[in-house]
Amino acid sequence: MIRVEQASKRFGAQVAVDGVSFHVPSSTVTVLIGPSGSGKSTVLRLINGLERLDAGRIVLDGLPLDPAGRNLERVRAETGMVFQQFNLFPHLRVLENLTLAPRLVRRRAAGVVEEEARALLQKVGLADMADRFPAQLSGGEQQRVAIARALCMKPKVMLFDEPTSSLDPEMIQEVLEVMKALAREGMTMVVASHEMGFAREVAHEVIFLDHGRRIEAGPAEQIFTQPREDRTRAFLAKVL
Amino acid sequence: MDPFASFGRIALFLLPAVPETIKITLVSFALALLLGFGVGVLRIARTSPWTWIGRAYVDAIRGVPLLVWIFFIYFGLGRVLHLPQFLAGVLAIAICYSAYVGETIRAGIQAIPKGQWEAAASLGLSRRHAMQRIILPQAVRIVVPPVMNDFIACLKDSSLVSIIGLRELTRAGREYSSGTFVDFETWLVVGILYLVMTIALTRCASLFEARLHRPEVSA
Repeated sequence: MIRVEQASKRFGAQVAVDGVSFHVPSSTVTVLIGPSGSGKSTVLRLINGLERLDAGRIVLDGLPLDPAGRNLERVRAETGMVFQQFNLFPHLRVLENLTLAPRLVRRRAAGVVEEEARALLQKVGLADMADRFPAQLSGGEQQRVAIARALCMKPKVMLFDEPTSSLDPEMIQEVLEVMKALAREGMTMVVASHEMGFAREVAHEVIFLDHGRRIEAGPAEQIFTQPREDRTRAFLAKVL
Repeated sequence: MDPFASFGRIALFLLPAVPETIKITLVSFALALLLGFGVGVLRIARTSPWTWIGRAYVDAIRGVPLLVWIFFIYFGLGRVLHLPQFLAGVLAIAICYSAYVGETIRAGIQAIPKGQWEAAASLGLSRRHAMQRIILPQAVRIVVPPVMNDFIACLKDSSLVSIIGLRELTRAGREYSSGTFVDFETWLVVGILYLVMTIALTRCASLFEARLHRPEVSA
């Protein structure tokens, strides 16, 4: 579903992503782990074109990302993104947050979209919040709305950029539960996260990044119990 | 002489000029808003020639006094274009204020967090749609108070076009005082009339702001 080949990105003199390759098959969950600044977020942002590749290639469901960014809107419509800071639209009610893009981008009828949006809100446990404004919700609720908003576009892939990193501890679980349910349904997901428990439970593949490089990748169980690389071991010793 | 009778006569003389002041202010500020919106959008354009043009426009216009703009457009350009007084005066104010309004609008747009653009983009919205549906509706709330300030300043600056013979409030004051030599009372009344207008505007502005500011929206 997603093929990343030798992807590289630098910001000025700083190399953020350095020749990273990996493949995400359909209906699998890939979790990117690594210290902050390791390039996890940048990899995700490269996949949906929020950052442009300096070198390498990314193919999404058979469609290569145009390096000049000409097919970005099409690519983005197929990839849902969930941000660390939620980034809900504060001037729109929860329901409108969900329905805006399907109506504008997919040009779908308001009535149908609204019905689907309500169903999605139900799914993330926020059916009665449809008419609230984002500022009236807790962080965990906002993040669940953000997930529903991305899903409302019926994306083929969901990208999560540290979705629980700015949440209070008691709200992390409610967001992870929604993500786990999504994984069980067979959504293709790429998640940058510090939640090792989540990675261990749902990841088909875990990729450890450090200084923009892919250090090691493998099934979650292997990475967590028998990492091959010293750097992986050192990182895990700190976070587990 | 009965001072109250004198004030009454002055007011009767000046009042008919008030609508002209209001007209000049409204027309020139409406134009300034339109132009200013264009300038604001130019200033945040991604391609450099446009931002450069926007910047040059703002710098050139803000750096020259309004009075000089009025002379330049009425007497300077008037040589070739023969602009009527009203048009020349309104154009000068509009151009001058478009630079200020443009900067305010630019600042308002740039005050919206980058995450809003990114969230819109990640949902597949075009830059245009993101601007129209996500960024501008939020920027409006930020921009309204400073733009209302500009509007009030614009009302006061409309007095400058009296110099090219537009018969608005200040011009009427000059006519009355130079005909009667009752300077103190005349300019007192002129000042009070401006004050009444600006206070009314300020009140309208705060009512408008209160309507825009829905507590549930701004966290």
